[in-house]
Amino acid sequence: MAAPVRASLMITCLGDVFFPEVGVAMVRLLRGLGVEVDFPESQTCCGLPLFNSGYHHDAALVAARTVDLFQHAEHVVVPSGSCAWMVKTEYPGLLKNDPARHAAALSLARRTRELSQFLVGVLGVTRLDTRFEGRVTYHDSCHLLRGLGESAAPRALLRAVPGVELVELPGADECCGFGGSFAVRLPEVSSAILDKKLANVEATGARCLVACDAGCLMQMGGGLSRRGSSVKAVHLAQVLAGEVPR
Amino acid sequence: MSEGLLRTPLPERAGAALRDTFLQQALTIATTKFIDLRREAFAGLPQGEALRDRARAIKEATLQHLDAHLERLADNVERLGGTVHWAATAEEAREIVLRLARDRGVRMAVKSKSMATEEVDLNEALEHAGITPVETDLGEYIIQLAHERPSHIIAPAIHKTKGQVAELFSRELGGRFEADPEVLTAVARKALREKFLQADMGITGANFAVAETGTVVLVTNEGNGRMVTSLPRIHVALMGIEKVIPSMSDLVVFLAILARSATGQKLSSYTTLVRGPRRPGELEGPEELHLILLDNGRSRQIASTLREALYCLRCGACLNVCPVYRQIGGHAYGYTYPGPIGILLTAMLKGNESVRELAHASSLCGACKDVCPVRIDIPRMLVELREHLDREKIAPWAERMLFRAFRRLLLSPAAFRASARAGRWLQRPFVRAGRLRGLPLLLGRWTRTRDLPPVAARTFRERWKELR
Repeated sequence: MAAPVRASLMITCLGDVFFPEVGVAMVRLLRGLGVEVDFPESQTCCGLPLFNSGYHHDAALVAARTVDLFQHAEHVVVPSGSCAWMVKTEYPGLLKNDPARHAAALSLARRTRELSQFLVGVLGVTRLDTRFEGRVTYHDSCHLLRGLGESAAPRALLRAVPGVELVELPGADECCGFGGSFAVRLPEVSSAILDKKLANVEATGARCLVACDAGCLMQMGGGLSRRGSSVKAVHLAQVLAGEVPR
Repeated sequence: MSEGLLRTPLPERAGAALRDTFLQQALTIATTKFIDLRREAFAGLPQGEALRDRARAIKEATLQHLDAHLERLADNVERLGGTVHWAATAEEAREIVLRLARDRGVRMAVKSKSMATEEVDLNEALEHAGITPVETDLGEYIIQLAHERPSHIIAPAIHKTKGQVAELFSRELGGRFEADPEVLTAVARKALREKFLQADMGITGANFAVAETGTVVLVTNEGNGRMVTSLPRIHVALMGIEKVIPSMSDLVVFLAILARSATGQKLSSYTTLVRGPRRPGELEGPEELHLILLDNGRSRQIASTLREALYCLRCGACLNVCPVYRQIGGHAYGYTYPGPIGILLTAMLKGNESVRELAHASSLCGACKDVCPVRIDIPRMLVELREHLDREKIAPWAERMLFRAFRRLLLSPAAFRASARAGRWLQRPFVRAGRLRGLPLLLGRWTRTRDLPPVAARTFRERWKELR
């Protein structure tokens, strides 16, 4: 028998502090698929908020630390398209003046995958034996869709869960208005973009709105609960692990 | 754009736009239509992606020898009997046009749509000098009558509904016109015909200028461009220096993607190729052709951060798909060029200081990059622009300190854990039904419209111990 696949979790700052249930679901899901999971405990955040706001020197310091931390990981799995994008596309450039770290960043970029891409691309998941009853819709987060070019894997995984009825979200590829600090720099614009998104979500009649990025989930979930909607914003891992909260 | 408007902070300008129901209605209809038309146009062009790559490569290569291409263009335009002027700044460009107009006794100038003339505030300068500028593109004509500025690169009056245009025409032109685009177009057409015949000068921009042939290329849809370039005795074309392309075969590449990106047309209704003024024996065309090559901050970006913005064809596709533009429209940006590319162009033309707020008017969703015919990586450049704002200390001091503190937090797992614990304690008064509401200060900007999840009772890190 082949050696088990080993994966280190990059849980992300939002995942750690605000959505621990997503991380827990991810651990159970991966273990259920025979993956050996570990969690380097001194991780904090990938530094994307610093990078996006233009604080690149600061982001490089955080990147260097993260590169060191995951140096020996076989695979790094991230439940967030934007953080995976940061590691894969921005780390090498941020560390270009430090030859050793630059090489390590390129290596980390190759070993790092967003969760849905890991499940489909590395594990080859086509069927899951959890169950979910009801209609869901999927929002493409910008960094996963346009940054990492992924729209198929999350949808394929949702369809792989018996009982899931996946309906396409009109304008699924449009931004939810989060954009990191954008959400508080221009809160009215951010909220107006969100309103459009949520009107589309509610029109689908879905029970759950699924996404693969903690930022989008914070934005859309925050909007849904504020308007007293019955739609729940959940992470893909929660549906796949059969751990959607009631 | 007026200084008064810019004294209002961006969030307020954006807020006003969001509360303007006419604007919201007009923007949604128009941008949605443009998006669909563009998608269909490229769906019918299997070689579209390759053409976009080719167009980008041409722009890249041309910029590397921009001086040589410009000199060749100038030589060829002059060989054909035209005159070439070099304008280093907006002021110089205005002066050149004014001098030409004064020396030749020009009293009225008809214009076809040109963002370059907007960029240098040409209409105001002409009016000051007692010369009447008349916009002849329908959208431009509408906003000139309304004393406004374009709010979109290719659809200047995109912010107006047909009802508003009917009211405007009725008021300004005398009459009672119904809100029917066909009726309104006929009204404008009639009013403009006279102007074409009266004008002494025709002013245009240029979508491209072909170096090898000295051809100025105009891409238009209403036919007014042809009249502006052929009826008045003087034709003045103002173009940014980055608009030069080497050859006619390059032009073919750009024409195949420009209209498709802009309006979803295979080609615009009119593609006007101007080669010099009227030659002996020719029956029509202007007696004089003047080409003004405008720098205005462009050349200093050739080897700098904003380089790629010089590839821009001004198609407007990035505006139509931008979630921010679609919500606030062009005027709220406050400068000549709105939308994601407009932020970069504003930084280029007006300096980084001018985009202190605007550089952040993007969620970095990347939709702009996806539709750009020459694949300008706008999000990346916005992020680099933000980097400059930090480095040049243009970003507010408090913000810079906040991010420095955040960095320290991310570099210390102990501090990171401690802040989660502190958050758990501090958030207590704000928890309502498992959600945070009514938070103070910066976070209040979030919770005014959205709930925030509370810091978890136990973070993932804390739960990991039992998952191990």
